[in-house]
Amino acid sequence: MSRIATRFAKLKAENRAGLVTYVTAGDPDLALSFEILKGLPKAGADLIELGMPFTDPMADGPSIQAAGQRALKAGISMDKTLDLVRRFRAETGDEDTPILLMGYYNMVYQRGAERFCKDAAAAGVDGFIIVDLPPEEADELKPFAAKAGIDTVLLTAPTTDAARLPAVLKYASGFLYFVSILGITGTRSASEEAVRDHVARLRQHTQLPIAVGFGIKTPDQAAAVARHADAAVVGSAIVDRVKAGLDEEGKPKPDLLPGVFAYIKALAEGVRRART
Amino acid sequence: MNALNSYRAGPDERGHFGIFGGRYVAETLMPLILDLEKAYEAAKKDPAFKAELDNLNTHYAGRPSPLYHAKRLTERLGGAKIYFKRDELNHTGSHKINNVLGQVLLAKRMGKTRVIAETGAGQHGVATATACALFDIPCVVFMGAVDVARQAPNVFRMKLLGATVVPVTAGSATLKDAMNEALRVWVATVETTFYCIGTVAGPHPYPAMVRDFQSVIGKETREQMMAAEGRLPDTLVACIGGGSNAMGLFHPFLDDKDIRVIGVEAGGKGVETGEHAASLTGGRPGVLHGNRTYLLQDADGQITEAHSISAGLDYPGIGPEHSWLKEVGRVEYVSATDDEALAAFHLLCRTEGIIPALEPAHALAHVLKLAPTLPKDNLLVMNLCGRGDKDVHSVADRMGMTL
Repeated sequence: MSRIATRFAKLKAENRAGLVTYVTAGDPDLALSFEILKGLPKAGADLIELGMPFTDPMADGPSIQAAGQRALKAGISMDKTLDLVRRFRAETGDEDTPILLMGYYNMVYQRGAERFCKDAAAAGVDGFIIVDLPPEEADELKPFAAKAGIDTVLLTAPTTDAARLPAVLKYASGFLYFVSILGITGTRSASEEAVRDHVARLRQHTQLPIAVGFGIKTPDQAAAVARHADAAVVGSAIVDRVKAGLDEEGKPKPDLLPGVFAYIKALAEGVRRART
Repeated sequence: MNALNSYRAGPDERGHFGIFGGRYVAETLMPLILDLEKAYEAAKKDPAFKAELDNLNTHYAGRPSPLYHAKRLTERLGGAKIYFKRDELNHTGSHKINNVLGQVLLAKRMGKTRVIAETGAGQHGVATATACALFDIPCVVFMGAVDVARQAPNVFRMKLLGATVVPVTAGSATLKDAMNEALRVWVATVETTFYCIGTVAGPHPYPAMVRDFQSVIGKETREQMMAAEGRLPDTLVACIGGGSNAMGLFHPFLDDKDIRVIGVEAGGKGVETGEHAASLTGGRPGVLHGNRTYLLQDADGQITEAHSISAGLDYPGIGPEHSWLKEVGRVEYVSATDDEALAAFHLLCRTEGIIPALEPAHALAHVLKLAPTLPKDNLLVMNLCGRGDKDVHSVADRMGMTL
């Protein structure tokens, strides 16, 4: 069983939803990015999404755009991103927390899908979330990912209707990522009722765990999602905490790491108390 | 000619031209892009849609644009017989109106209540604002903050026409970022909003749809050349940023295999300097803005900035069909530098009394090199796709003058 499947099985046994935390690789710099990554499981993250910075992140809102720019300015590259994962596995000894790479297809394509999958698997990556690779184009990646033992997490949106859903599910593995709003990351938030209804609708079509993301900013919102979905994904709001830990010149302040981890801890508590 | 040996049969049903094109967009957009494709296919078959578009082209945009024999320039260069397809005489001053009228008609037909667009130099923005005024549809144009500053007259024109201009400060604050922002806003409002893309790029069906609307240029050229010379041209030349004016001229001729077809990219300070916008000459295939195509990028796939004196060519990508035509060898792609384009700009002002836009001045720069090497009976058509009114400030700057 893959790390992702194992983790969701464990969450199910605990009768709780998981917290999926997104951070951008190399934000605000390589050293701090690694410290953040290392500390995520202890702060309460059940799964980790590691963003691959891209100059043109067309599905992302201002927070993640800015995080990517900080990381690129600080010299992040695809090799260094994979190295973060490798070091995470080596230095923490954590062989249980799934790590997914999230980003845009050009990062994959430039390395070549086959080599990308091999390199990612060797580094200890468990899944991909490639925002701009819909089922229509997913054949380019899926066979190589499957061969390397990497799950491909596909997005579904409120616009993905019942007729289209099978096409998405054909390529989805690990879990299904429901984008709860029409829009980009870190902007609007969906109501609990809307999340509940969409998750119920999706469950009629798939046995895969369902994670819900886009627009979750507070522990209460995370808890509301966690009452219905198998995991709540928080990204922009975490990245905003990284930014809040920087001074006006972009230099890290001493409270950056504590600030990020305290916030994740609050989110994790929200998720953990949701069904009690 | 059947589909197998035709250069005009693409894209396939998934929007691919060879390995190029496709639909690399977020899932939220995907169902709506499929809707758009259906709506466009239905409109294409509807005689009423074609009749309305033809009527607007004739009575509003001023088509057909003349095919003009540039006698003085021909004599001066002493080679090929040079014709200009004068799309700079269209309403709003460029070929952009051809595409926009089609797309805004389609938006209306689909019941969309708002149109958004990206713009670089502002020509597509002005054309979109124009069509939206005509059809009484709210219009929002995204424009890089850098471009807003350097294209102030076009920003004002859009506002006069009732459009809202949104400066985009994200990324490098130029055309590619304006397109990112338009895509972001589109995702959030996709049920009500129509995204009017200005060139033969973006996810399928845009590259094919924009090409179809722009193909009026080449179709007219065929008829006009037959009327003028009793035969088809020998050589076609057009400038390329995203590549819509070039595709419009080239596409109807692609299966006339004796016709030499040349696209001219913006060489900026010289392709060897790295400061240019020549994606085909200096880039390699990648995925951006919904399609696979040649892109300016670093080893990791980060998109690098384009450089050109012409804001309309200042884009790090190119339409996917051009990438395919390069790979199959049907079209030659070359580049012209800023300085060569400026020299051509001045020459055309003085020899033909035409102030061209800096974009087609790049095509002209190549004509200046090519025409003298061709025989006098070689019929050469260059697409004069925009007029230079918008560029007089940039040119004056270069001449060290203040207007």
